[in-house]
Amino acid sequence: MKAPWFEYQAPRTLEEGLETLRDAGEDGRVLSGGQSLMPMLNMRIAAPTHLVDINRIDALNHLTVESDTLRLGALVRHADVLRSKSIREGWSLLAEATTQIAHIAIRNRGTVCGSISHNDPAAEHPGVLAAYDGTVVIASTEGTREVSAEEFSDGMMSTILEPGEMVIEVRYPRPAPGAGQAFVEYARRLGDFAIAGVAAILEVRNGTCERARLTIVGMGDGPFRATGAENILTGETLDASTSAELFAAASAKVMDEVDPAEDVHASSGYRRHLAGVLTKRALITAFARTGGV
Amino acid sequence: MARDRTITCKVNGRAYEKSVPVRQSLADFLRDTLSLTGTHLGCEHGVCGACTVLMNGRSVRSCLTLAVQADETDIVTIEGLRSDSGEWHQIQKSFHENFGLQCGYCTPGFLITAIELLEENPDPTENEVREALSGNICRCSGYSAIVTAVMAAARDMLELQKT
Repeated sequence: MKAPWFEYQAPRTLEEGLETLRDAGEDGRVLSGGQSLMPMLNMRIAAPTHLVDINRIDALNHLTVESDTLRLGALVRHADVLRSKSIREGWSLLAEATTQIAHIAIRNRGTVCGSISHNDPAAEHPGVLAAYDGTVVIASTEGTREVSAEEFSDGMMSTILEPGEMVIEVRYPRPAPGAGQAFVEYARRLGDFAIAGVAAILEVRNGTCERARLTIVGMGDGPFRATGAENILTGETLDASTSAELFAAASAKVMDEVDPAEDVHASSGYRRHLAGVLTKRALITAFARTGGV
Repeated sequence: MARDRTITCKVNGRAYEKSVPVRQSLADFLRDTLSLTGTHLGCEHGVCGACTVLMNGRSVRSCLTLAVQADETDIVTIEGLRSDSGEWHQIQKSFHENFGLQCGYCTPGFLITAIELLEENPDPTENEVREALSGNICRCSGYSAIVTAVMAAARDMLELQKT
C-alpha cells in the first residue's frame, strides 16, 4: 500500500503550475487535497507519471463572496466552506452538503474543486454545483474557459478536462432572495459516500414556484439533473394545500427518470427508491425554508 | 528528475532537515525516518484514522499526505502530547482513567482528533463528540469508553481553565 514513483513538482505561481502541467502531458495529474488521489496511488489504481502539487499556489486559495456570486479557488477546503458564515447564510445547501462529507481530517485537506474534478458519482459537490447552475473555470497555458457544471461532467469519474488543463475556480450564483435550499442524503454510516443524495432549490414568489432546481447524486454517472421533476414544479401554485401533491408527482417523475447503477452498496432498485424518497424530503425541507418574499 | 527532496519541518517542537523520497507518505517519514512509531498505520487509504496527526494545528491523515508536502510545516504526533516536564496531556490522562483504550492501536488517532475537537469546541455534546470521532475506527469496538473519556477530558479541561 505505497504510492508508485512519480515526478513531483510544487510550483508557487499559477503560471508556473500551468506550464508544469502542460509539460507533464497526458500522464500529469494535479494534486490538491489528495483525499481521493492519494488513496488511488496507494492502492495503485492510478499511476500518473507526474504530480503537480498546487498546494503552494497562494493565488488559488480564495473564498470570495460577491453580491451575486460565490467564488471558490482551487485550494478552498471543505473545512473552509464550513467555517464561512456567508456561505451558511447565502448558500446554505452547499454548507449542508459539506457537513456530510467524510470526517474532520478529510475535510481539512480535501478541496471543493478537487471533488468536482474527480466527479465521483456519489460525491456531493458536483451535484451541489449543478443545483446552483454553477460555473467551472478551467485554465491551461492557452488561457481560461468557463463551462457550466452540467457541461463539465462527462459521466462517471470523467470530465471534459483536457491534458494540461485544471480547474482553478468554481462559481455559485446566489439564489433569489427567499429561496429555499436543502441537501439530503442517505449513507450507511455518517461520513460515508452517499448511496443517494438530493439537492433542491425552490424559488417561490407570491405563492408561485418561479424556479426549481433539482439534482440527484449517487446514480452512477455524474450528477443527474432532474429536469422532468423541475418542470412539474415550475410555474405551479405552491402553497400548503398544493405542495404534497406536487412533491409526490416530482418524486414519482424522478424515480421514473433516473437510471441508477448497481454495485456492492446498493441495487439499482434501492437507489431508485431512495432517489424518490430523498427528493420528496429535500423538496419539503427546501419549501419550509422559503419565505420573506 | 531527483527522486528525493530535502524538507525542513518541525515535529513535536523539534526542527528537522531531512531528505525524503517524493513518493513517501508523511506517516512513513515519521515512523521510519524519525522513528516516531507512535503514529500507527491501519488502512493506508484514509479510512481508519489511526495515522491522524496535526499539521499546522489541523488534523490530517498522514497516510494521505506526502512527506514532501510537510515541508515548512509544524507537525504534532502522539509523542508530542506530553508536556516538557513529562506530564501526560489531559486527554491522555482521561483515556487512561476511563478505560478509553483496549489494544491501543487506534488510540493515537483518537487522541489527535479529540484534541482538535476540544480546541474548536471546548464543551461538546455527546453527539458532537461521536460525530467528530466518526472518522476513527476502533477495531476493539471500545467506542463507548472512548466517548466517555473525551467527555471527561472536556470537563476536566474546562475545570482547569477556571482555576
